[in-house]
Amino acid sequence: MSLLETKSLTKYFGDTHAVDHVDFSVAQGELLALIGSNGAGKTTLVNLISGLLRPDSGTILFQGADVTVMSVHDRIRAGIARSFQLVTVFDQLDMLDNVCLAIFARDGKTRRLLSLANSDHAVSEEALGVLREFGKANLLAGGLAQGERKLLDVAIAYALRPKLLFLDEPTSGVSTREKAPIMDIITSIVRSGKITAVIIEHDMDVVFRYSDRIVVMHEGAILAEGTPDEIRRNEQVTTTLLGTRLEAHEHARA
Amino acid sequence: MSSIPASPKRALLSAIPIAVILFFLPLLVAPYQVTLLAYGLIFAIAALGFNLLLGYTGLLSFGHSAYFGLGAYAVAFIVKYLEITSMEVFLLGGVLASAAVAALFGFLCVRYTRIFFGILTLALSQVLWSLAFKFYWVTGGTDGLRVPTPSLMGVRNPAGEDKMIFLAHRYYYYVLVIFLVGASVMWVIVHSPFGKALQAIRDNETRAEFVGVQVWRYRWVAFLVSGIYTGLAGTLWVPLNGLTTPDILHWTFSGKIVFFTVLGGFQTFTGPIIGGVVYNYLETYAVGHTVYWQMVLGVVLVLLVLVLPAGIAGTANRLILKLRREA
Repeated sequence: MSLLETKSLTKYFGDTHAVDHVDFSVAQGELLALIGSNGAGKTTLVNLISGLLRPDSGTILFQGADVTVMSVHDRIRAGIARSFQLVTVFDQLDMLDNVCLAIFARDGKTRRLLSLANSDHAVSEEALGVLREFGKANLLAGGLAQGERKLLDVAIAYALRPKLLFLDEPTSGVSTREKAPIMDIITSIVRSGKITAVIIEHDMDVVFRYSDRIVVMHEGAILAEGTPDEIRRNEQVTTTLLGTRLEAHEHARA
Repeated sequence: MSSIPASPKRALLSAIPIAVILFFLPLLVAPYQVTLLAYGLIFAIAALGFNLLLGYTGLLSFGHSAYFGLGAYAVAFIVKYLEITSMEVFLLGGVLASAAVAALFGFLCVRYTRIFFGILTLALSQVLWSLAFKFYWVTGGTDGLRVPTPSLMGVRNPAGEDKMIFLAHRYYYYVLVIFLVGASVMWVIVHSPFGKALQAIRDNETRAEFVGVQVWRYRWVAFLVSGIYTGLAGTLWVPLNGLTTPDILHWTFSGKIVFFTVLGGFQTFTGPIIGGVVYNYLETYAVGHTVYWQMVLGVVLVLLVLVLPAGIAGTANRLILKLRREA
């Protein structure tokens, strides 16, 4: 059984069919890449699944349970977490507090008004552990380099201990040199069996190198899906969508 | 709020000397000066509450006069209708009244942010002002309602004792203790997991929602706590002033609370405290020295925004950090 499944999921913005009767599924333990040109509906699909948007029709099943109209809060409880395309961290908190906050929220401890946050050593230790996994020390989040902010963004979502993690362009706006470390960390947490991850990604080098499976979207619908090799051989994909970019990629490899 | 790590030990080390000074001051200065300080500490409590919303949750309220006024009028009604003059009953009544209305107004307001939030808080507070203004047979209208010297912890003021002596000694210490407890509790709140959640909401609302913080509930609780603090301040203020009038419900009084906080620095914990005390001296001396006192305060506000946008405490913090780095 799939970890997540959408059935005929649909979202219109006026006349635009942003997501049009999409049957999308994610298998337990995989690192899935969601690709497609701008406006293909990738981010809208993730927004629907994570609860930022409500679908016009269709259903979302997570571990067999219907989560279509569940609140964001309850989806997070169920195990669906996400990061955002534009980095969103809490700028005036330091890195450790950013991660601690996710843990406090996860454990329902943010209801506590009359205890000091930094006296909860179990949470601080866990947050430090997460930051260590991400190879980071503690700094004020606002002063971080873009690559580090991206990592922190992922670390916040990861600290929620989700079963399924959506990462919207985890390497966008990051220098080529910084991309590999970010993807290596994401891959290693997926390989360790802790989470299943779906990444939206435009960098085809990253997509073909790291993902187990690729889903290609085009104009609100799923155009193709398969292993990186299958997608690379799929003529429909290469002609309508990847075209020059994939050729450039093959060229670079040769 | 973030540049100097918070530790209870360090906070206590800097708070204790100040508490000691505040404790011994009545022995050193004239009673009139002590009452001025009592006003300042009361404004500080109001501003501490206000800043839980502005500095920590990112919501600018222009209606905090409502809770200050409710605290004060609750006391006046207790005197008028129940004929009770116990300070503890005043506190209970003032806090309950401001909590009830803050819960209701907060419920309506926290679904909005930015200018919409500000305008809605202002409009609701003006409703209370007009009630106090128009229902003169209940509220005394612009004449207001008198509040006599209360008994403190069951002890009545001995007959014949000068009211000024009472206010500058026993009442001052009563206010001081409540101020110290209130400030300590607020310090814990802003450093609690709940306080961190508020700061996360301030920094990025959507992201906070997506770590599982139910944004509007947290804003509502922050609004409630904020209203209670400001209501507590109004309750303490009215025996000191001896009279409550609709002025303290008017939106211009909300503006003063904003002024206290910006003057002291809303991005620091101590800013609203310093702002409340300093503003009170500033206004008192401006009023005492010129009929154009509002212009003096206006010039101060302009200079503040242009020259010291971080306020007194914020600027001091920056200087200390700079000196440390250079040393």
